[in-house]
Amino acid sequence: MFHWLEKNPFFFAVGVFLVIAFAGLIEILPNFAEAARPVDGLRPYTVLELAGKEVYKKDNCIACHSQLIRPFKAETDRYGQYSLSGEYAYDRPFLWGSKRTGPDLHRVGNYRTTDWHENHMWEPTSVVPGSIMPAYKHQFTNAADIATAYAEAVTVKNVFNTPYGDDIQPGKAAFEAYKPKILAEAQKIADNMKNKDVKDAVAAGKVPEVVALIAYLNSLGTSRYEAKK
Amino acid sequence: MQSNAALEYDYSVAKLFTYTAILFGFLGMLIGTLIAAQLAFPELNYLLGEYGTFSRLRPVHTTVVIYGFTVSGVFATFYYSAQRVLKVSMAESKFIMFIAKLQFWIYLVGALVATISLLLGITQNKEYAQYEWPIDLVIVVIWVLWGIAMFGLIGIRREKALYISMWYFIACFLGVAMLYLFNNMAVPTYFVAGVGSAMHSVSMYAGTNDALVQWWWGHNAVAFVFTVPIVAMIYYFLPKESGQAVYSYKLSLLSFWGLMFVYLWAGSHHLLWSTVPDWMQTMGSVFSVVLILPSWGSAINMLLTMKGEWNQLTENPLIKFMVLASTFYMLSTLEGPIQAVKSVNAIAHFTDWIPGHVHDGVLGWVAFMIMAALFHMAPRMFKREIYSKKLIEAQFWIQTTAVVLYFTSMWIAGITQGMMWRAVDEYGNLMYSFIDTVTVLHPYYAIRALAGVLYVTGFVMFAYNMIKTMTSSRELSEEPQFRSPMA
Repeated sequence: MFHWLEKNPFFFAVGVFLVIAFAGLIEILPNFAEAARPVDGLRPYTVLELAGKEVYKKDNCIACHSQLIRPFKAETDRYGQYSLSGEYAYDRPFLWGSKRTGPDLHRVGNYRTTDWHENHMWEPTSVVPGSIMPAYKHQFTNAADIATAYAEAVTVKNVFNTPYGDDIQPGKAAFEAYKPKILAEAQKIADNMKNKDVKDAVAAGKVPEVVALIAYLNSLGTSRYEAKK
Repeated sequence: MQSNAALEYDYSVAKLFTYTAILFGFLGMLIGTLIAAQLAFPELNYLLGEYGTFSRLRPVHTTVVIYGFTVSGVFATFYYSAQRVLKVSMAESKFIMFIAKLQFWIYLVGALVATISLLLGITQNKEYAQYEWPIDLVIVVIWVLWGIAMFGLIGIRREKALYISMWYFIACFLGVAMLYLFNNMAVPTYFVAGVGSAMHSVSMYAGTNDALVQWWWGHNAVAFVFTVPIVAMIYYFLPKESGQAVYSYKLSLLSFWGLMFVYLWAGSHHLLWSTVPDWMQTMGSVFSVVLILPSWGSAINMLLTMKGEWNQLTENPLIKFMVLASTFYMLSTLEGPIQAVKSVNAIAHFTDWIPGHVHDGVLGWVAFMIMAALFHMAPRMFKREIYSKKLIEAQFWIQTTAVVLYFTSMWIAGITQGMMWRAVDEYGNLMYSFIDTVTVLHPYYAIRALAGVLYVTGFVMFAYNMIKTMTSSRELSEEPQFRSPMA
């Protein structure tokens, strides 16, 4: 049969395709029916947190930090309760990472504060002596892209039925109407920060990247379990 | 047509991809060395401000090496060897020639745009699939053009039976196409919401499912970009360079179909101890171990091809490169399954042992094979001798030293890390804070950076040798039959 296939490239290609596609059918498809169910009480990211998640992606924090606590005593001692599938139901994409050059962040919101993150992003060695993490000072001046974060919330709400409120609607007008909520949330973060430029920017209606990023990091952990409002 | 008439093969497309392989190889490895050095000496992060941090450069390194260097090497060797094993010249079809050249130019422009987009932080953050949707579409176009050229050449072939290398090139084309499409399914947000960036998209899959699809791709990109087309190369170039017939046709059949069937199951070994269902993790583990058989099948087939002719190893540096490449392939495909055993994975996952494993594969197997293949092609494409044999010899030893330094330092670093994370004292309390496990690695990171410097040095020697061969080496009166002539 193989000799015949080697002389008939079309059937050869069909054969190869069937053989390689087989494993995917068996391993991947069954999980789609169940794995995306959220755990009870999980809330989707706020728009500001989504903007922070974009900063996390943009500066590629995933290169060094994981967001997956494995079910080992050493890991649960170090980071907290091991991760559950249902906690990631609103993570598009998933951000588990594959390398820990720095520690896991899946529950970092439980044990770090806004103030700590601010110092850490400005000068990592000031809070972790010996850290090899670069400083991310540009996050204090770059503006977070809240329009795109809002667009993401609209998209996951309309396409994937993620439970957002009725105030998340398509269109520029809806975004402008929603903006004050984002700024109010940013204001709460900025109140706990000391960088004057950041405070001034937020007061002037802008959201520096670091504010959004901290909102996102603070949301990681059991703090994301909240009764649906 | 006369099948025994000498064909004038047309290498214009193979040459173009050879140039980009050299260019992207140099850039990708240079950036790799820089980011390796940044882990040992963090001050190096601030050379280019926001655009020069480890985190921003790391995906640039991986994608330039994978999609710039390796894929260029795949296309170059394909457009060279496919003509020969199919007994058909590109010059015979204006259409195929046009498609292939179009593919090259879209590829070149796409590669530059893609690299810039990553530097700017435009990314979906899926490892080895970072590009946002408009660039994904360009990649699909490039791939489809390659498919048209490939099946076009097959369509007008004179040699009825497809040679082993062609099996693997076809598998590379199909496998990457299927995996890439599925993994990159995303919804562009601008078109739903009417605000924000037009480049941005959200994944069609969430959480655990996204992880499954991503590592189904991530692992099998290794299969269909780093393994399958490189096996295609060694099946063509080792017999050609050595003048020896492939040791066993049956073994090549067995290892080909075995590899096709088994490889895809193993993707879930990237997700051991995660929230993926247990039965999938077990399947990933078990099939990873089974994967040793077809992988070693190809490698042993290649090593036995040299049976009775081992003296060539001392006489011909290209044979040296290819035999060592096969050996590193065996090492790497044994190491991978070991790491996929659940208890080993509990220590190895998230540590530097993983980049160690990846690099003995890519530096020792993939890059060695591509460089040897390009060296083999150069005298035939440019009708000149290879510029310097001595330089190849020196390059071989420098780069071999580099690979050994790289993986040994990362083995030690990774296992140290894994053991320190889990170490507890007599009362069951964690012994080390996380930062202890970082600072202890400094010497190993420094050794790795040194390995990077050595490897890049070897690559510069390769590039210099190739450029000299193209421009000013002694001309050949006729095409060499087996061993590549070198001064």
